Amino acid sequence: MTIVEERQLVARLLGGEQGATQSLAEHLRRFGPAPSIDRRHAEVLAGEVERAGLTGRGGAGFPAFRKWSTIASSRRRPIVAVNAMEGEPASAKDQLLLAYAPHLVLDGAEAVAGALGASAIALCLPDDRPGLVAHLEERLAERARTRSAVPVEIYQLPARYVAGEETALVSALEGGSSLPAFRADKTVPLRLGRATVLVHNTETLAHVALIARYGAVWFRGVGDPEAPGTCLVSLSGDLAAPGVVEVETGTPLRRILEAGRPNEPVQAVLLGGYGGSWLPESALETPYAPGPLRRLGAVMGAGVLVAVSTSGCGIRETERVVRYLASESAGQCGPCLFGLPALAEDLGRLASGKADRGLVERLERRLGEVDGRGACRHPDGAVRLVRSALITFAPDVSAHLRGAPCAGAHRPTAMVLPPVADWRRQVG
Amino acid sequence: MAEVLKWNPAICDGFGYCAEMLPEMIGLDEWGFPMVKVHEVPETLLAAARQAVKFCPRRALALVPAPVGTPRRRSVKGAGQRAAAGSARR
Ligand code: SF4
Ligand code: SF4
Repeated sequence: MTIVEERQLVARLLGGEQGATQSLAEHLRRFGPAPSIDRRHAEVLAGEVERAGLTGRGGAGFPAFRKWSTIASSRRRPIVAVNAMEGEPASAKDQLLLAYAPHLVLDGAEAVAGALGASAIALCLPDDRPGLVAHLEERLAERARTRSAVPVEIYQLPARYVAGEETALVSALEGGSSLPAFRADKTVPLRLGRATVLVHNTETLAHVALIARYGAVWFRGVGDPEAPGTCLVSLSGDLAAPGVVEVETGTPLRRILEAGRPNEPVQAVLLGGYGGSWLPESALETPYAPGPLRRLGAVMGAGVLVAVSTSGCGIRETERVVRYLASESAGQCGPCLFGLPALAEDLGRLASGKADRGLVERLERRLGEVDGRGACRHPDGAVRLVRSALITFAPDVSAHLRGAPCAGAHRPTAMVLPPVADWRRQVG
Repeated sequence: MAEVLKWNPAICDGFGYCAEMLPEMIGLDEWGFPMVKVHEVPETLLAAARQAVKFCPRRALALVPAPVGTPRRRSVKGAGQRAAAGSARR
């Protein structure tokens, strides 16, 4: 995956000379020195990030500073975890950011760690990126020469879809399985041994680094008022130039899509991630911002945009994604373990024109039985995806119900789908 | 204080004893896993609910104090309602 360089719409995180600020020298030349932040600056930093209106860029989209208050009250020194697990197959932005602007991410992590008096920073990467690990080790060595900071340790954790889920991440850090855990009360902070853990997405921390330098007013200078600033979008699907673009929030979807150069007319886009929502072509004038998307039942999520052209079949593509999500179920919870394959089965029959008469009704009932019934939100994402597909591809659904498989159903997929893994065997 | 029945799907074995013990509050889904139909435990069922929690072999059920204020709803429901409406029209 590459940066879609000549088509960057704005350049805050990415861009710069040669499109990269990889070395510390280049980084400092472009951004200037990072303010040194310790506990005395905790309130100032939190206030600045709050005024900036920075939202988490990992998926949930909650205000970034809100997580800090639960940590600040604990007596032990916390640990700051940088979440670069990026389990979404169609997402490439976090690891790309670590490759191209590693010091910005590290500055952000150090700022948060300093403000909270953290004892360590845990840089969490998937275990299938040895190149990125080597690169980051070099970058960390560069920093060690110039400043004494909170120790940073790289953790290579099992790469899988749910690995970036916070409880799964912390469990993996503890040396346990990277499985999500049931969390009855989400305001209770996560713990690693006896220390509390604050998990932040990679991109979120890069924005924190910029806010610490230039302030909230600067940050709010571009983008949508509700979720200001810029954000990274991973473009994939039926595109001539897939890759990562940085855009101002609020940019119309069509402009973002065009940066990826669709090679055929696009019929729909999948937004957010594989647990996200389909939006039809007619919705492409919608600004890429939480408010306008919410009205369509969509979210920015992990910053994923997948294009499917008119020659593809949205139902078949949805089936493939749900099959993938089913294979990535941690297999702990019945409704997720049995429900997701059942949903995929129904979609498959529909796409092949082999639907029985009760299919749509059964599918709706199953969606209700799966929704909200896992320990984590993995199955909820699949439900959202399928529901949005039934709306977005409603004409196809009725055609398929009449027994017509569409030509697109046999076309190779436009989705990025890693080989289906059987985790259950590995988990035991 | 009112209590809410919580089900932990990650450890439940799906044998469904709870649904037999507490059918007023727990149903079963297509795959035999309990579906909590009534979340807040009515006064009259408190004893039965405690019994079900106690006899769940996996300790997958718990009674927790009801959150104060309005119960929070999952945000994904919005899209779902539209989907349901769409299918009703078909
Ligand atoms: S809901 Fe699915 S993915 Fe989440 S913990 Fe349960 S089985 Fe695992
Ligand atoms: S009794 Fe416990 S383990 Fe058995 S189905 Fe009910 S909740 Fe699950």
